[in-house]
Amino acid sequence: MASADARRFRPDSVRAALRVTGLFGLAFALFAVVLLAAGKDPIRAYGDILSSTLFSSYGFSEVVVKMIPLMLTALAVAIPARIWLINIGAEGQLFMGALFTTWGAAHFAALPAWALLPLVAALGFLGGGLWAAISGVMRAHGWVSETISTLLLNYVAIFIVSFFVFGPWKDLESANYPQTPEFPAAARLPMFFGTRVHLGLLIALVALTLYHLVLTRTRWGLEIRAIGGNIEAARRSGIAIGRYILVLMFVGGGLAGLAGMGEVSAIQGRLRPSLSPGFGYTGFLISWIAGGNTYGIVASALLMAVITAGGDVLQMAHRLPGSVVNILMALMLFVVLTRRRMP
Amino acid sequence: MSVPFLESVLLGAILSGTPLLYAALGEVIEERAGIVNLGLEGVMLMGAVTSFAITVQTGSAALGVLAGATAGSLFNLILALLVVTRRANQLASGLALMFFGVGLSALLGAPYIGSRIAGLNPLEIPTLAHLPYLGALFRSDILVYLAMPAAALVWWGLFRTRWGLSLRAVGENPTAAYAAGYSPRAIQYQALFIAGLFGGIAGAELSIGIAKTWAEWMTAGRGFIAVALVIFSRWHPLRTVWGAVLFGGAVALQLQLQARGASVSPFLLDTLPYLLSLGVVLIWAGGRHHAAPASLGRVFEGTE
Repeated sequence: MASADARRFRPDSVRAALRVTGLFGLAFALFAVVLLAAGKDPIRAYGDILSSTLFSSYGFSEVVVKMIPLMLTALAVAIPARIWLINIGAEGQLFMGALFTTWGAAHFAALPAWALLPLVAALGFLGGGLWAAISGVMRAHGWVSETISTLLLNYVAIFIVSFFVFGPWKDLESANYPQTPEFPAAARLPMFFGTRVHLGLLIALVALTLYHLVLTRTRWGLEIRAIGGNIEAARRSGIAIGRYILVLMFVGGGLAGLAGMGEVSAIQGRLRPSLSPGFGYTGFLISWIAGGNTYGIVASALLMAVITAGGDVLQMAHRLPGSVVNILMALMLFVVLTRRRMP
Repeated sequence: MSVPFLESVLLGAILSGTPLLYAALGEVIEERAGIVNLGLEGVMLMGAVTSFAITVQTGSAALGVLAGATAGSLFNLILALLVVTRRANQLASGLALMFFGVGLSALLGAPYIGSRIAGLNPLEIPTLAHLPYLGALFRSDILVYLAMPAAALVWWGLFRTRWGLSLRAVGENPTAAYAAGYSPRAIQYQALFIAGLFGGIAGAELSIGIAKTWAEWMTAGRGFIAVALVIFSRWHPLRTVWGAVLFGGAVALQLQLQARGASVSPFLLDTLPYLLSLGVVLIWAGGRHHAAPASLGRVFEGTE
């Protein structure tokens, strides 16, 4: 997340890429030992995971579906991290984005799709952005560290969503099932190629591109890098640091909100409390592994999506608890964490 | 509101609050030494699964608690290895530890799903157990009785012993502590080991004390709640007792309202502990004696 790491993790740095590959190879080897200890054949398990994720068209499409929220929440962490803000609230921001989206879809249901979709997307961005901006305001004034406030606000956001889903917005037709009524067709993000890959992919890729361009090609990017490099020097040269804290938190939270929008508007089609299996926290780790690097975020999101999807394979084909893949995810992080010096 | 309702909420608050209190006490110790542990969830899960498995195997709940505590502290040493020895980022390491605990406990616990145990027996305190309304409180298991003394013990250890002084010094300013002749790394290792004991006991209370069963991810976010609770209590072990009753009460209230089919949705009430925690930090912001340890979350780079 530091600028120093972005330098160390340039995509053109082949050595860095090789090193990361080697580290991940070590993690895969360690997990193979775990599988062996559990009485499973690791080669067959890895083969099954690969063939049902990367080497099957349906499997790969589902990996991409998981990558969409992961790339967006990783950006939600990476953007504020450029000026050393630690946003562990992407999970809550995702929930608030989904909440605002659902409100828009219900209240403007009569609008045609060309008007409704941009509107609910804007609302999703606004929901996540405002939620993160609360922490931004408190940090900019020096009241509460954003680490603490974003962590605490995660729970608040999730409970607020539960409140609406179990309470005023509950679909009366779905008996005891806590969910809102289905979105109108005009508020559903289009999906492509007969898969669940949806327009959110384009949104995520545009966001990644903008992130890269703004940081490297604009005056804002220069000032952001100046603040990240030496905050005192930046302050003395007249950069409005408080404003950057607010804006970067808002934009980051907004992108997490868009992740939530994609989940309710494309995947679920309605708001449910089981909206996210921890996309926000996984996004934090992705951003961290990638050191905020754009390509690194895409690659790490792909890796994490494959691992998550691999959990289903291990559960169905190998009779292991699905959450066992969390061990693999953790081992990868451990090897990266122990090998890289991070501030 | 009838008396039985209030009574069951209060009892529920203390019962749900007990594992939270143990976990939070552990977190207070490590945060006072300058280390945030977001992996508490994983530590609790390892404690829960180990104590349950050992109780099934040996039939002894006492051995179960012991094994759970040991597993918690050994597991927490992974964090020590990452953040103290390898000087890795604390938040990322903590989250990784959480994922590890979730996965490993699911794997280890899979054979024990559906096993039945007697678990920790309730200990009846002769006269008090027959008090009206509050009697049930005095038919709890040993870990419930020991929770408040444990808070007092942690307070004594942190604020009334030389070791506690050095631990807090490391959390405030490791370089100064080093200059004063302490070894920040050794102290942080000790803090994480002891914190792991508490996290493991918290997990044991969940699996063999309260639920008497093992289920995947049975902590259901309690590790994170305990981290919030530490913020609420402003890093003070005695204040965590109030925090645990409050956070536990929120859980108990929700369960009671649901059990009675109440029409009000309890979820807004559930946000209260977190908003209060935020409010507490806001109000005391800048107050020297109520602030977080100054070097919390930072990496001690050594003096070389």
